[in-house]
Amino acid sequence: MKPLNLIPIKPNLDFIGRRKLFFVFSALLILASAVLFGARDLNYGIDFQGGILIEVRVDKAGRLSEMRTELSNLGLGEVALQEFGAPTDILIRIQKQEGGEKAQQAAIDKVKATLGAGVEYRRTEFVGPKVSEELFRDGVLAVALAILGILIYIWFRFEWQFGLGAIIALLHDVFTTIGIFALTGIEFNLSTVAAILTIAGYSINDTVVVYDRVRENLRKYKTMSLYELLNNSINETLSRTVMTSVTTLLALLSLYILGGEVIRGFSFAMIWGVIIGTYSSICLAVPLLLYLDVNRGTARVKSDKEVAEEAAS
Amino acid sequence: MVYFSKWKISIILGIVFLGFAFAAPNLLDRQSAESLPGWLPNEQVNLGLDLQGGSHLLLEVKVSAVVRERLDSLVDGIRIALRKDRIRYTGLGSRGEVATFMVRKSSELEKAKGLVQGVEQNLEVLGEGNRITISYTEQALRNIKNSAVNQSIEIVRRRIDETGTREPTIQRQGQDRILVQVPGLDNPERLKRLLGKTAKMSFHLLDRKGSIAEALQGRIPPGSMLLASVESNAERGQPQYYLVRKRIAVGGDRLIDSQPSFDSRTGEPIVNFRFDTLGGKKFADVTKKNVNRPFAIVLDGKVISAPVIREPILGGSGQISGNFTISGAQDLALLLRAGALPAPLTILEERTVGPGLGADSIAAGKIASIIGLILVVIFMVVTYGIFGIFADVALLVNMVLILGGLSLLQATLTLPGIAGIVLTIGMAVDANVLVFERIREEVRAGRTPISAIDAGYSRAITTIIDANLTTLIAALILFYFGSGPVRGFAVTLSIGIVSSMFTAIMLTRLMVVAWIKTRRATEVPI
Repeated sequence: MKPLNLIPIKPNLDFIGRRKLFFVFSALLILASAVLFGARDLNYGIDFQGGILIEVRVDKAGRLSEMRTELSNLGLGEVALQEFGAPTDILIRIQKQEGGEKAQQAAIDKVKATLGAGVEYRRTEFVGPKVSEELFRDGVLAVALAILGILIYIWFRFEWQFGLGAIIALLHDVFTTIGIFALTGIEFNLSTVAAILTIAGYSINDTVVVYDRVRENLRKYKTMSLYELLNNSINETLSRTVMTSVTTLLALLSLYILGGEVIRGFSFAMIWGVIIGTYSSICLAVPLLLYLDVNRGTARVKSDKEVAEEAAS
Repeated sequence: MVYFSKWKISIILGIVFLGFAFAAPNLLDRQSAESLPGWLPNEQVNLGLDLQGGSHLLLEVKVSAVVRERLDSLVDGIRIALRKDRIRYTGLGSRGEVATFMVRKSSELEKAKGLVQGVEQNLEVLGEGNRITISYTEQALRNIKNSAVNQSIEIVRRRIDETGTREPTIQRQGQDRILVQVPGLDNPERLKRLLGKTAKMSFHLLDRKGSIAEALQGRIPPGSMLLASVESNAERGQPQYYLVRKRIAVGGDRLIDSQPSFDSRTGEPIVNFRFDTLGGKKFADVTKKNVNRPFAIVLDGKVISAPVIREPILGGSGQISGNFTISGAQDLALLLRAGALPAPLTILEERTVGPGLGADSIAAGKIASIIGLILVVIFMVVTYGIFGIFADVALLVNMVLILGGLSLLQATLTLPGIAGIVLTIGMAVDANVLVFERIREEVRAGRTPISAIDAGYSRAITTIIDANLTTLIAALILFYFGSGPVRGFAVTLSIGIVSSMFTAIMLTRLMVVAWIKTRRATEVPI
């Protein structure tokens, strides 16, 4: 079987030359994310906001508006109903009730009494105010610690310039992911935090691969201009970057389309993350090195000679 | 990088074999897997509650209620002690976690302090001017709270066991929380109802002199309390009120058994109960002295029923009839059997998934994984030819290793966990892609096949390790902070990262090297 080369081995695209375009584009993305986040906030799920979520399956389609009227008359504050994947599946979200944890249980009982026996309860979730605060705090802490952990690792393995560049790219990915959630209004919950952490891991994975090549080339080509060297490094690793993004996206698309409604928000975040993570590794993380005064003497990788000697031994 | 010693080959193949062995029980149904002989791996992957259906409840023990109760009885003890020694005092009461009172004569302060010390151990008694403040020592307070939580866990366990549920998980979490996980539950509302009741039962005599009308206006005679009837007895929303003596005639802690039954005359559901020896004797005494007077059966501060004592009950057993439904009588009997909680429980968090949604999630997850796998497999073959097939074999072995790892560690597979596996399918080939691309480059640079493969692997390995370790850091932090389903994601992702590194660096390399040596290939088809 003859293999197919989707990407030429060294496409020689001038990424570094277009860096200003990328920087402006990314700055706009982050700005837009910040504005969206400030203007409409995120659609926090009950994990972070507290409240009640009930998923029911009814025997025939078209009961949505009838149920909506019934449930809004219960005096439980904001009650949102939506179809969930199928016309017979309905997701009911009820805001946090005044009066502590007991009041929430009373609200669940009221809803179940109103809907009667003709429905199948597929999911009942309730998160009290105490727990939702803790989950939110833990979520923020987890993302911050993950970024810190990754930063420290990069710091150990590379020079500080690389660590800084990687972290800027990483923060860019995290902020724009939050921005896309503000834009689309997709529910932001615990699994979204899981997705953000995975995006962080994935994006840094991409960045590390390109940086590794930069480090190697710094060692190899002492006299080449940094501009050319960075461009070469991106181009040499470009086919790998694209390949891995494509396989990951194939798997994620399959999950998004076939994995069911419960996991859809998560797969959406991941798909976005893979795209933005790949972009930021190539178009931000590497060009940034141009401004970060990369030390060209101490970066250490095996030279060709060393590799050859090892192979011979 | 192209030489494998014999023992290295056996280790690699051994790990793969073990992966298959540990994954194999998942092909069987649960019963046949459990009946496998003990020396064979027989553990299956644990499905999370979101996949098999069930209830996850996070409960909080209201320990402050227990401290209150202890303080109240402490105050009673102090009152008795002070009266006995004729020390005059004012303002005896408790607030928060301290009790306090003032002695009339400051000269009696020291004496009063001494008396208080004698009432209970582990008290901290401070006197200033006329005022004495009493609190439990920190150690004692901690012990009180601890034993309240432990006792609650025991009672929760008994109540759940009584419902006949399989394999509940009941764990203490933090200071005053209990995590209850019950798989495959038919009726989560009943479970919540059962856990939501403290189930403190007591028998009281009624106060027949006081007037209920006056009590309703706030003039309650000392030594009595005004209690409402339970909801099921209420007539059209109007609860009935009883004036009940505070003194407990017989406590519910003296019960040794209770069973639901039917009244032989009316056919109504009732609850039969039996006291232990001491309780039976007390009950006999009380009923002997109070024939033809009503007494009240009180549960959690509400009157279940207030029958008139027709004749002394000497056998230590009796029955409660309180307009029960059948399930109401069953639940009450269960609660009385299992015992009272030391403090009320509050549900902080509930996540219940019905079996239908769980099964749908598994089915959707399976389809998504298989389709994702097929797409990636095809893509790899198209791009890398024979090397793509090596990578695909490694990918399939990788899936088996993840399954085997999950079974071996008895980790819980959740819906986000399945997402983690699908994600691993996409990312697992990354290590191979890195190597293959590197080999391509080395070939272009004019190396011989063997030397290109050698250089490809040795140069790609540091990149692979760097890249995967960063993802692993994120996954481990997620495991530490995540809860429930999200933790399941972190587990599969971590296992996936480790196994994909193994398959890419070891297994694919072994295949590539074996292929190149047997074929004596003069060029690398990549």
